[in-house]
Amino acid sequence: MPRLNSDQRHHVNFVLNGKPIAGDAEPRMLLTDFLRHEIGATGTHVGCEHGVCGACTISVDGMLTRACLTLAVQIEGCDVRTVEGLAPTSDRLSVLQAAFRRNYALQCGFCTAGILMSLDAFLRSNPNPTENQIRDLLSGHLCRCTGYTPIILAAIEAAAELTPVRSDECSRHV
Amino acid sequence: MKPAVFDYVRAESADEVLEILAKEGADARIIAGGQSFMAMLNMRLARPKVLVDIMRVGSFDRIEEASGQIVIGAGVRQAKLLGWDELAAKLPLVALALPWTGHVQTRSRGTICGSIAHADPSAELPLSLIALGGTVHLRSLKKRRGVPAAEYITGMMSTARADDEMIEAVSFPVTSERGHGFREIARRHGDFAIVACAAIVSDKGIRLAVGGVADKPEVRDWPRLADSALDDALNVFAYELDARDDVHATGRYRRELVRRVGRAVIEEAVQCLG
Repeated sequence: MPRLNSDQRHHVNFVLNGKPIAGDAEPRMLLTDFLRHEIGATGTHVGCEHGVCGACTISVDGMLTRACLTLAVQIEGCDVRTVEGLAPTSDRLSVLQAAFRRNYALQCGFCTAGILMSLDAFLRSNPNPTENQIRDLLSGHLCRCTGYTPIILAAIEAAAELTPVRSDECSRHV
Repeated sequence: MKPAVFDYVRAESADEVLEILAKEGADARIIAGGQSFMAMLNMRLARPKVLVDIMRVGSFDRIEEASGQIVIGAGVRQAKLLGWDELAAKLPLVALALPWTGHVQTRSRGTICGSIAHADPSAELPLSLIALGGTVHLRSLKKRRGVPAAEYITGMMSTARADDEMIEAVSFPVTSERGHGFREIARRHGDFAIVACAAIVSDKGIRLAVGGVADKPEVRDWPRLADSALDDALNVFAYELDARDDVHATGRYRRELVRRVGRAVIEEAVQCLG
């Protein structure tokens, strides 16, 4: 593997929400900044930039990932999923997103993209979660508006709605 | 909150990593899961000239059992070990401690060896490795050496690793026949522990390891004390840890946590011993 020089921009090829895409990044560029400023995918939000707040949580090769703790050059060849990929079409919300809206599970919306990504991944592998499991998952996110209760309600409601559906259809519309 | 400049190498073999370390020494740093080190880079507490990414070196991603030890390679993520079928049977203490390490969203990326390399005094994995008497396997181009975990961590985020060495693996001794307990107190589940306690109890005695108080995890071994004798031992240990005041807790509060949480994990360990 050649060394990627610090003072040059390097081509990064990856798959974003199912579509192959590429952009240029210096080695030090964070994945958050790469997605937002190079690719133009601004759904992923940037909060603390040291992995604590969870606002930038996305999925990389199926692993929940803090985009602020990842370098753009590290996602070469990876399958990246962001909040933009949750809705089945541009005019319909996923089951989870609709449950968030019904339950007022967001107010300012800053933390929401990260929380949706965490819950979407979690509900795929845990179709019948307990409230405690959801609370444990949400410990990886900070929300200063809701007090978390509406988020937990939305997650439980979405899980119930998705249960008869195959878990891999989690992001499909209502 | 953006890293300073560095070159980036996506290593494809262990030799490639070791060659860069041999050539660049302290200017080169390894990145694995990045859950601690990326934050250090973002805050510019670390400013390496070259960053060596080891997560695509397939040979590092292994969990193996060899002569009574569970050997965990440098590429094994925390979520992988937590999902390992035999974890509770072979390493019950680690099975108890690992859910306290970070969050679902950081365990999915962070590695076991990375947490031990980082050597945060409040981290669960260095605490568990020291409590169990595990070993850190270091490797450079010239040689391999195993260092007992208690000697590997020399202080707050400082270790016995030489600049040209990497942690190739860590090994935890299999201790299934003993009783184990683990608990910690933090402001939010998954945050840095104010006090973390791990207990291992056998017929012969009690071992208590405490993290988050001194500048590295500290261990005490006692016979099977109970009642006021155990309270006295915990109290002496609490003072020996030399707890200080900080924004999260006072030294006095930390001492009280060592006494109470220490006792609770020992009782938990005694119970699971049956």
